Amino acid sequence: MPTAVHQLDDGAWISVNDTREVTVSDLWRLATDEFCSCRLTDFLSEGFVEVAADGPRVEARVAGQCIRCGASGVTGWLTLGRVDPDTDTFYPVAPGAIRRSNRASPGSD
Amino acid sequence: MPTKVERWKDEAYGTEIRDHLERFASEGFQSIPEDERDAWFERFKWWGLYHQRKGQESYFMLRIGTPMGRMTPEQLRTVGEVAREYATGPVDNPEFGAAYADFTTRQSIQLHWIDIEDVPDIFEELESVGLSTMQACGDSWRNIVGSPVAGRDADEHVDVWPIVRDLHDRFKGNDLYTNLPRKWKVAVTGDYRGAGQGDINDLAFEPAVKELDGESVEGFNVRVGGGLARKEPRFARDIDVFCRPENVPAVAAGLSGLFRDYGDREDRFNARMKFLVDEWGPEKVRSVLQEEYVDYELPTAGEDLREEYDYNAGRADAPGDYVGVYEQRDGQHFVGLSVLVGRMAAEDVIELADLADAYDASMIGLTQRQNVIVGDIADEDLSEFLEEPLLEEYSPDPHPFMRGSIACTGTEYCSLSIVETKNRMVRYARWLRDNVPVPEGVEDFHIHLSGCTASCAQPQIADISLRGMKTRKDGDAVEAFDVGLGGGLGENPRFADWIEMRVPADEVPGYIANLLGTYEAEREDSESFRSFVADRDEDELADLAEPEATSYEDPYLANTKMTWYPYAEDDSMSASPSPTGPNDEPLPTDD
Repeated sequence: MPTAVHQLDDGAWISVNDTREVTVSDLWRLATDEFCSCRLTDFLSEGFVEVAADGPRVEARVAGQCIRCGASGVTGWLTLGRVDPDTDTFYPVAPGAIRRSNRASPGSD
Repeated sequence: MPTKVERWKDEAYGTEIRDHLERFASEGFQSIPEDERDAWFERFKWWGLYHQRKGQESYFMLRIGTPMGRMTPEQLRTVGEVAREYATGPVDNPEFGAAYADFTTRQSIQLHWIDIEDVPDIFEELESVGLSTMQACGDSWRNIVGSPVAGRDADEHVDVWPIVRDLHDRFKGNDLYTNLPRKWKVAVTGDYRGAGQGDINDLAFEPAVKELDGESVEGFNVRVGGGLARKEPRFARDIDVFCRPENVPAVAAGLSGLFRDYGDREDRFNARMKFLVDEWGPEKVRSVLQEEYVDYELPTAGEDLREEYDYNAGRADAPGDYVGVYEQRDGQHFVGLSVLVGRMAAEDVIELADLADAYDASMIGLTQRQNVIVGDIADEDLSEFLEEPLLEEYSPDPHPFMRGSIACTGTEYCSLSIVETKNRMVRYARWLRDNVPVPEGVEDFHIHLSGCTASCAQPQIADISLRGMKTRKDGDAVEAFDVGLGGGLGENPRFADWIEMRVPADEVPGYIANLLGTYEAEREDSESFRSFVADRDEDELADLAEPEATSYEDPYLANTKMTWYPYAEDDSMSASPSPTGPNDEPLPTDD
């Protein structure tokens, strides 16, 4: 069954298969030169702008800012986690993981 | 393509949601199918219910809309009783106790920890005294704001209370306007104070005078497309329309119909009226309104009264709120009481209602500065009223830092917020009161603390604006604030300039102390803080003060959003009892 994903409450959180899984206000480490010039972007997520499922992978474009340099904007597509197709369980990316935006943009919600 | 929310609304929305709510209430929270919960929670908003944040599943915030914040003592007592009986959760708040009511910046009331099983009883109690949660949230006409003392205020152009009651009756539960692209916020102002704060609303009726058919007519100019959210603040734009009082419903219907038909339903982030006005410009809004939505010729704008506005205007020559004692037109008095961060214990709400009854006060008012007004105090009773013990806590003559402090809900309950807000603002205000000299002549200093860019505490229009953020301190992530200066409404409204970014939350009081010290030392004569800021460029403002750690201690510095409830003894997400049944007992889960 395809993964059902959507962002709700003005982009405050992401629902995966009708369960609240990812909320804003987390800090993520981004390895991308698209967002700011910091070697690693210390990214505060402030709002989910778009969300989509690419197979088992749940991805989003996220509004926020780098708390090191202050650059703000919207990221490219970032992987938030994966859904186990057998159990429908969502496994989020580990909080300390370094994230990279995906070049291919899936269809948006 | 319409958004998922639009598809959910197409399937069911508006008054019909009540039946579903009552069915779910009778069968229990778990009767809401898991794969339909997101849709139902979105629809419940129309009836004023908002699902609380992660870790608090099965609990709801309930919002009661009170037009212009105007209530009777009986209604206020009912709110207190409902809060006492139903708005309690598994853990008390360390500042406010077990049960309380929040007075909001849009003159509504919010209660938390509501179980869906209790909703029918709550609705019955509220509706028995003429209160309702209908359209308090969701994509429709929200609570209409304005001065709660309309008709009593001696400083008044037009009494707008009959107009607002009429609008409320016409547009609540009206199928034509049930499902708009987004929220629709309306302000109606009839006073010289500008107390409706129309500039930050989707639709504003502003007091004006116009010569029509040889006669001077008292009415309103019309502005549209204001709002503060998402780092996209806009002041409402003048569409060059004058409106007689009797034509307000037609113009309001026309503009909300225009928004319904032309607003963006494919991108919720672009859906508010402010973006349509950006795209079209005020001239096109006016022409489409004229050609498609009203059947009489719209007069051009009249002469406005904005130069007299002082509400939240940062003026040195007038108070910017309703706190204090004011004479009414009829010689009686209304008394504005300061409610720090707008939160009042349920028992105090009931006591205030009793007090109002005891003094034959027939009107209670909630203000957009999160305070409360008691109207109709007879001249001969005034001294005795001012000596009432309850007024020691909710004072008509508070310390300036207690008086001007506003805060939104924050991470205590809200999904969007990044930081803890209300309890922190209470601690800030107390520390400032105890440690910082008030600059000479300052009676009313506005600090607005908002947990995120949604801007529910209206941070851009304050002397000092605090917007939730994070930073690192000694390598650890801590809650922080972006600090803005010099915002306010009035004749020439201005958004704050954002000057200090990512200040750790425990260094904000020290920054404010340093800033006010500089202001006191460098200002000219009785120059207001807002004027002091307006006279300086960005570099000069950045040099005014530095953040500083002080004796202020912040118990919420770590990531409160990661807790299930910031004040629980075991606050870890895994310790959350949610979802729970009506007695806060955890419900069985599949795990």
